[in-house]
Amino acid sequence: MSGVVDETPGVPAVAVVPRPAKKPREGNNQFSLRQKLLTYLVLAPMAILFLAPFAWLVSAAFQPMGEIFSSTPHWIPEHPTLAGFKGFLNVGTLTKAQQGQGHGDWRWFVNSAFVAISITVLQTFFNALCAYTFAKRNFPGRNVIFVAFLGTMMVPGQVTLIPNYLIIQHIPFFGGNDWLGNGGHGWLDSYFGLIMPGVVSAFGIFLLRQYMMSIPDQLLEAARIDGASEFRIFWSVVLPLCVPALAANAIFTFQGAWEDFFWPLIIMSSPEKITAPVGLALFVVQNRTSWTLLFAGSVIATLPMIIVFIIFQRQFVQGIAVTGVKG
Amino acid sequence: MLVFSVFTLVAVIFAIYLTFHRWSIIEPEKPFVGLDNYRDMVGDERFRESVLNTAYFSGVSVPASMAIGLVLALLLNLPFRMRAVFRTAFYLPVVTPFVVSAILWKWLYNGDYGLFNYYLTKGHIIDQPLLWLSDKNLAMPAVILMSVWSGVGFSMVVYLAGLQAIPQDLYESARMDGAGPLRRLWHITIPMLRPTTVFLLVLGIISSLQVFTQIFVMTNGGPVNKTTTMVYYMYLWAFKYYDMGYASTLAFALFVILLFFTAFQLRLARRADLS
Repeated sequence: MSGVVDETPGVPAVAVVPRPAKKPREGNNQFSLRQKLLTYLVLAPMAILFLAPFAWLVSAAFQPMGEIFSSTPHWIPEHPTLAGFKGFLNVGTLTKAQQGQGHGDWRWFVNSAFVAISITVLQTFFNALCAYTFAKRNFPGRNVIFVAFLGTMMVPGQVTLIPNYLIIQHIPFFGGNDWLGNGGHGWLDSYFGLIMPGVVSAFGIFLLRQYMMSIPDQLLEAARIDGASEFRIFWSVVLPLCVPALAANAIFTFQGAWEDFFWPLIIMSSPEKITAPVGLALFVVQNRTSWTLLFAGSVIATLPMIIVFIIFQRQFVQGIAVTGVKG
Repeated sequence: MLVFSVFTLVAVIFAIYLTFHRWSIIEPEKPFVGLDNYRDMVGDERFRESVLNTAYFSGVSVPASMAIGLVLALLLNLPFRMRAVFRTAFYLPVVTPFVVSAILWKWLYNGDYGLFNYYLTKGHIIDQPLLWLSDKNLAMPAVILMSVWSGVGFSMVVYLAGLQAIPQDLYESARMDGAGPLRRLWHITIPMLRPTTVFLLVLGIISSLQVFTQIFVMTNGGPVNKTTTMVYYMYLWAFKYYDMGYASTLAFALFVILLFFTAFQLRLARRADLS
């Protein structure tokens, strides 16, 4: 509540009375119209430059090939077509040309969704479980193991990439392997291979552990006295209290898994099993130049990310803020 | 936990083991070769080139996205109505799957039909179309431009979080002392953002040293190796030439470099805490 004196125009009492703490924080009075205009003048062209590629992507997804390849770019499709989307979703019959160029596959998106959702669910659960063990259980060597976990955060994915590839190849009893893991291809080209290495993350465990540390031990003690099992405590006492942290973890995991590229690229080989990013990238690299199709596929691959972002905008920003501040 | 141990701890040990072997996927023999892989690497001209290319990429893309991110964050921290819209606009490229961004930009750079050439020639900035991705001097800048576009939103959001953590009383007292906006920026905002800057710098360096997807989609390491980065070079050895031993050695070189930057970060972070 600001005093009446401050609000009355023409009364020069501002300097005498200390301003209420709230008002200057807003800073509205310091921000003149000229400054505002200047800000817009800087931001608007930049925003346009940032958004133009998207606008082009969406527009081009609806353009026939001839229009994409015309000498002047069309921002609004002159002869809008759904051929790209149809080609991708395999709706209707494919033309000879489409078959010749190779066509998109709707299964790529189903694969991506399946893999991303599996990894998100499994990782959120296992991360929470590990975090709970580290935060609330005492066992010998706990701190040593925890530090070892954190240490692995420093190892870049590329170092473990090749060994993991070989490990996946030599999983016993799978893909024609014998009990020593020889002879077949193990989990290569299978969803197990795609999902398993992603089911825990040191970073996620770290974040969740920090969060769980703030839960008072008395709460768990009370549950223990009431006769709740250890898993029950984890499931019905700790997890509900961690929902914000779990949500942030899940969103980032989903985003990462959906757009992951390197790992699926090297371990998947059947064209019908690959994920959307790999499918789209190989499409480009192999010079199958049906760009209408490609742009349509790109739009389909981007949509889930945009939707997730719009729904969880707050968690996105908070999640980044949390990870950013700790540095 | 078991899974985790297998895919990280065991994997790291296995990776070290690999570097001492000539380990081909296709041949049954995996002979022990001692330090040969390391010796090969030191004498490898293409490896040296890939290190320089990676340094070029990180050295330009990281400062550029941080600087632009900071400017955007400062502007978007001002109170005006449209800022949520602008924030979303600058953050959208971060949400876009990276492969999609790379594909899209590959088209924008297209020599004959790309939007870059069209608008630059139309605006009389260049006389004739440029071959962005196949000119040996332009390819890396083109890749960097695309990477900055997709990374700026991230630094912007982190900087915004940092800005909001600065206590407002500092500005108040500075204002009372008669400090103008530029002085306040230089003497309060920039120093107070130091931890954020260190965080972004190190995170940026570490992730930019691992650049791969853009290269795979847009240039394939070419023209004449000008965009072959360390990770792309490792990928070539592992999955094109099938020599896992040498590829692991290359991965280790990357690891050592990253370790250096991480140690550097820890030192900086400690110093930031002390001050």
